[in-house]
Amino acid sequence: MSGFLAVIARDVRLAFRAGGGALQAAAFFALTIVLFALAVGPDLTLMSEIAAPVLWTAALLATLISLEQIYRPDREDGSLDVLAETNGLLALTALAKAIAHWISTGLLLTAATPVLALLLNIEGDALWPLLLSLLIGAPGLSLIGSFAAALTAALPRAGLLIAIIVSPLYAPILIFGAGAASAGAAGDPQYSANLALLGASSLFAAIFSPLASAAALRFNLD
Amino acid sequence: MPDAARYNVTLSARDLAVARGGRVIVDGVNLSVGPGEAVIFRGPNGAGKTTLLRALAGLLKPVAGEVTVSDEDQTVFCGVLNGGKPTLTVNENLRFWAALYSARVGEARAAFGLEPVERRPMRELSTGYQRRLGLARLVLSGRAIWIVDEPTAGLDTASTTAFERLLAEHRARGGAAILATHEPLEAPNARTLELRP
Repeated sequence: MSGFLAVIARDVRLAFRAGGGALQAAAFFALTIVLFALAVGPDLTLMSEIAAPVLWTAALLATLISLEQIYRPDREDGSLDVLAETNGLLALTALAKAIAHWISTGLLLTAATPVLALLLNIEGDALWPLLLSLLIGAPGLSLIGSFAAALTAALPRAGLLIAIIVSPLYAPILIFGAGAASAGAAGDPQYSANLALLGASSLFAAIFSPLASAAALRFNLD
Repeated sequence: MPDAARYNVTLSARDLAVARGGRVIVDGVNLSVGPGEAVIFRGPNGAGKTTLLRALAGLLKPVAGEVTVSDEDQTVFCGVLNGGKPTLTVNENLRFWAALYSARVGEARAAFGLEPVERRPMRELSTGYQRRLGLARLVLSGRAIWIVDEPTAGLDTASTTAFERLLAEHRARGGAAILATHEPLEAPNARTLELRP
């Protein structure tokens, strides 16, 4: 267990060190939203209608660009070997790394959302459904993404390949996440159904991703 | 693992064959390394030393044969890469490993004279110091069977001597070692296994 927590603590710390990528992802997230707000212009009604889908898409893209950092550096400096021979099950290590990625990316983006929501004219009542959907959905993004990262750990410049692998897998989370945020803002009764399906997607990823990541890593160790 | 404790672990390989890039490069390896023993692989580049070591460490699946270790989680592998994170300091790396191996940093830091650089990020260290940090993991792990690829590459004479002394102490406690190297290494009664491409 102490090894599990040590992997999380190490990866979060590395993410905030030079070249770690956590702050780049947050900056990319903010930049996308600012550019979008500038492009839409002063039409506040239009803005608040499309705010949730825009914010969710920006969060997804910001997650996407940070995925390559999960396993490739560990493979290049030999620490993947160390992780493989310690800590018992490799699947647990993979879960720890996905959790660390969520803390340093998903949670950071969720925390930045209230500020950026102002730019997109998201009012107080609409903010809570948006935050809740991000809290439930972002762990799923990290879990699915870490599997793609494990699959491509041995490939240099795998960023685009990772994007191609995860995009179809991300579709349900994007649909239910943005759907829940929009429905919640509009007081639509489909809000809870969307949230439940979003939660189911994240839970499914929590089961499948560590096991699949471990298998992919074993393959990439040689 | 306290100093007084003795290891009693044996690693054996039976009819082992390993492949790199789908091509079998070493086959028919039969090997048994028990308490106090050491085996040194020698051979030209491309002979398969590294691949064989990775298979013995359980990191690579052999194409034939099997590797058995008499006790679980008793091998520690140190490849040419040192396995530390460049942006973490020496101390941070050591503490992380200590948590992974359920061990304590203890004497590992001093064993390779890492105190002068303990607060510096690993990427700022010279090649020799980075190697010393990598080798310190062997001592720290408290595991019985060291599997090391080119242990003395990049080390100065004093550090090479320090490694030879630590290896002798490890074997005196009942530990075992499997090494691959091109350089002369003082290891009394070590068996040598010549690999050919």
